[in-house]
Amino acid sequence: MAKSRFKSPWILHFNCGSCNGCDIEILACLTPRFDVERFGMLHMGNPKHADILLVTGPANRRNARVLRNLYEQTPDPKVVVAVGTCACTGGMFHNCPNVLGGVDKVIPVDVYVPGCAARPEAIIDGVVLALKKLAEKKVEPVKAVGGR
Amino acid sequence: MALAAVLTVLAPFIGGLLSGVDRKLTARMQNRIGPPIIQPFYDLIKLWGKQSFITSSFQAILAFGYMAFAVVAFILLVLLQDLLVIVFMVSMADVCLILGSFNAKSPYSYLGGRRELLQMLSYEPIFILTAVSIFMVTGSFLVESILKLGFPLIFLLPGAFAALLVVFPVEARKSPFDISASHHAHQELVRGVFTEFSGFTLALIEFGHWFKLVLFLTLLTLFWTPHLWLGVILAFIFYFITIIVDNVFPRLTWPFMLKFVWTVGLILILGNLIALAILGVI
Repeated sequence: MAKSRFKSPWILHFNCGSCNGCDIEILACLTPRFDVERFGMLHMGNPKHADILLVTGPANRRNARVLRNLYEQTPDPKVVVAVGTCACTGGMFHNCPNVLGGVDKVIPVDVYVPGCAARPEAIIDGVVLALKKLAEKKVEPVKAVGGR
Repeated sequence: MALAAVLTVLAPFIGGLLSGVDRKLTARMQNRIGPPIIQPFYDLIKLWGKQSFITSSFQAILAFGYMAFAVVAFILLVLLQDLLVIVFMVSMADVCLILGSFNAKSPYSYLGGRRELLQMLSYEPIFILTAVSIFMVTGSFLVESILKLGFPLIFLLPGAFAALLVVFPVEARKSPFDISASHHAHQELVRGVFTEFSGFTLALIEFGHWFKLVLFLTLLTLFWTPHLWLGVILAFIFYFITIIVDNVFPRLTWPFMLKFVWTVGLILILGNLIALAILGVI
């Protein structure tokens, strides 16, 4: 089980209002040059299928609710990777009135990947570090969510 | 009987390996290295161990129903039972999936479920007409009668075989007819009919899907009995062609799918039956 968890991380990418620099680098990871699918990583559009939340950009008052919502919709075990300086600390936006700071002001972050923009190699390294934390996490099997 | 048991045990492994090969080949066609061939098994085990969000216990039962009906359909096929029952079992599996997707208050799941209904609407007539044309030729709905025929069914029913090839991408959720699950376009449908399934319910559905894939390939193989090896090789070749088509063509709209599958599929099957009637075979 732990090995499978290590071998098949599905990633949800959320942009909290970054400048798109880090997002382009994340997309670069999917291209033939880096090809993260060789590690079994898939880019998911659905938080309910994701294991790893890749967040770029600083958390601000506008999207903190969305970010928390996405975090809660991701089933355990899950890890959060903050990609880029803005996501780690708020970066160049840290004094803006609407910016709360790093992503860790809103949700717990497991791995920080600094850089402006973070290089694809650094992002892949960060995700591999996150995987080691993912394999150790405990899970309660079923959670009922509000139906109709 | 022993052969049927062995085939049933082997089917999920074959199905999983086939989807692994699919992912590897797709990656190679895009000049990427791609995941290992056993990647789908890692995915399945991981999903099984993951937390599941279920909207109601009925949803979990439906996910299990999808898998169970797919497995039962395959077992009936390898036991050489009634073709019509097999077709109905496969549709029951899909009905379970659709009801499961309607089980949550999610627009993406709803849209995916409705599109899955359209997919059913497009391939169901072809399946039933194939069963009917096999009945017209052999005089029985039993799969056993195909084996008793003594010569390959393809000589009499090339049209039905071609029609099955046309619906294969719909059934295997491949582009250009991948309209309900949207494997490659997460921006449009999120994950379509699978959106509200997570953890073990998604694992059950994936497992059932492997069974359906192998069931369909076995159905293609049956047209070549008694030369089974030829059928198996050809089935794999057609699977490979489907992967190429999946990579080459964009996803199309549902009206196109319905029109294309119905016109081409029905013309092929009915044309075949009419030709046989004129020639005096049936």
